[in-house]
Amino acid sequence: MVQLTQKAKLVDRRQMSWLERIYLWNILKGMMITLSHLFKRKATINFPEQKRYFAPVFRGLHVLNRDEEGRERCTACGLCAVACPAEAITMEAAERLPGEEKLYREEKYAARYEINMLRCIFCGLCEDACPKDAIYLSQTFAPSNYSRKGFIYKKEDLLIPNPLTDPEDYKKALGDRPAKKINN
Amino acid sequence: MADEKKLFKVTIDNITVEVEPGTTILQAARKIGGDIVPPAMCYYTTLKDSGGKCRSCLVKVAQGSSADPRPMPKLVASCRTNVMDGMVVENITNPAVLEARDGVVEFLLINHPLDCPICDQAGECDLQDFSYNHGEAGTRFEFKKRLFELENLGPYIQLHMTRCIMCYRCTYVADQLTEQRLHGVLDRGDRSRISTYISKAIDNDFSGNMIDVCPVGALTDKTFRFKNRVWFTKPMDAHRECSKCNGKVHLWLRGEEVFRVTGRKDQWGEVHDWICNECRFEKKKVSDWVIEGPAKMNRHSVISANKYYNLKTPDDVLPEVMGGREPKLLMDIHSVSGVNDPDIDLSAIEGPATSKTFQKK
Repeated sequence: MVQLTQKAKLVDRRQMSWLERIYLWNILKGMMITLSHLFKRKATINFPEQKRYFAPVFRGLHVLNRDEEGRERCTACGLCAVACPAEAITMEAAERLPGEEKLYREEKYAARYEINMLRCIFCGLCEDACPKDAIYLSQTFAPSNYSRKGFIYKKEDLLIPNPLTDPEDYKKALGDRPAKKINN
Repeated sequence: MADEKKLFKVTIDNITVEVEPGTTILQAARKIGGDIVPPAMCYYTTLKDSGGKCRSCLVKVAQGSSADPRPMPKLVASCRTNVMDGMVVENITNPAVLEARDGVVEFLLINHPLDCPICDQAGECDLQDFSYNHGEAGTRFEFKKRLFELENLGPYIQLHMTRCIMCYRCTYVADQLTEQRLHGVLDRGDRSRISTYISKAIDNDFSGNMIDVCPVGALTDKTFRFKNRVWFTKPMDAHRECSKCNGKVHLWLRGEEVFRVTGRKDQWGEVHDWICNECRFEKKKVSDWVIEGPAKMNRHSVISANKYYNLKTPDDVLPEVMGGREPKLLMDIHSVSGVNDPDIDLSAIEGPATSKTFQKK
């Protein structure tokens, strides 16, 4: 038979010798492998105390961004929702009233913005589609929850901390990702 | 037969077509169809005298006619140039035409704000399509774009003067469809603007059609403002008995809500059956209309994204299997989600939603 890969091995069906038949040699060989792992680096980490390194391109929990003045960037343009292959994003837009200029960057904003994390596949297409640098995927996981209801993430859950009132948390949430260049 | 009309033979991008005398190059190209049709931002078939303003339909006439085969010295606006017998026109086959078109895009975008994420026209905007097809991705313009004072044109029409490209289509609508024109172009040069005399509301019966003819988002429907994006709404052909117009429209539905009513646009984005303001702004219920079926949209338009035509929903076998009992709903999405709240009917409110709309009662 023609071998398609190098992985297939022919089974050796020869009669075993006396040394092989007492299996002691094979047991020792196996123990050596086990022992050698004692001196290797551990594959696990002590999770809550130690955190694993996430690459800057890691696609984790979504964050709705604010600008330097703490105004929400999202204008509810719907490009993330139309780009979303899982149809996880829904939103409702509203017009900014006079007096709300400090809250929202543009005259239109997302009054409601929800991501269904049960549907989300963390592909990052929403981040690619966003023309306002308003949504990005952070370097953290979406936390687990006891009920399905806890996975409908609303705007309050997704918004980044305000850089004016909470600059430390804002920096932490921003991570070490470079800001997207926006054209307007 | 004596009264047989002589047809003119015109060759556009090596495709020959026979058209009647008096046809423009643009109309001849549209008769052929396909990629060779020049884009048109200001020309509108159903509006008399429109065209010749935006320069986006520039073409090269390589041979004036069979009688006078000299080429025309400069690029000509195909929407205002009539064909001659034996004319040879180059559109996409001539690199000079494409380069000129890139320049036209750049000039149109000099003062046009890039606020497509906010603009309600995004997705069905002629300028958006035009600038995606031609020109550069970046900008060389380093100065401030022009700004205008906001002007209120009444409860139905929203004017964003910064987005206007001065195509004059809306003034032709006012001149040719309504009995009295209430708006026009004021001032000169780059300060020229669409305006009414001393902030008058535009309330002519067919004035809503200027929303449909506007190639950009300068004139938009105030009753639809910010309520939804066009690509999330489903266009449907519908009609109703109307004493003023023929009542043939596109309904833009989301679920059972009528978000917007527009005239029916053909494949060139032109409305042939004008509709009255009553049909456009006041009939926002499905029960007002007879729905004929989904409207045909361009396959490459974002409006046709995520739409499933000829969808066959399989029969729900669960009630049958469970002996007539409905399956138990494990989670009602409205108990968690605030979007699409059954208590808030966005299509029913008059203007755009604000923070007050979403406050809990």
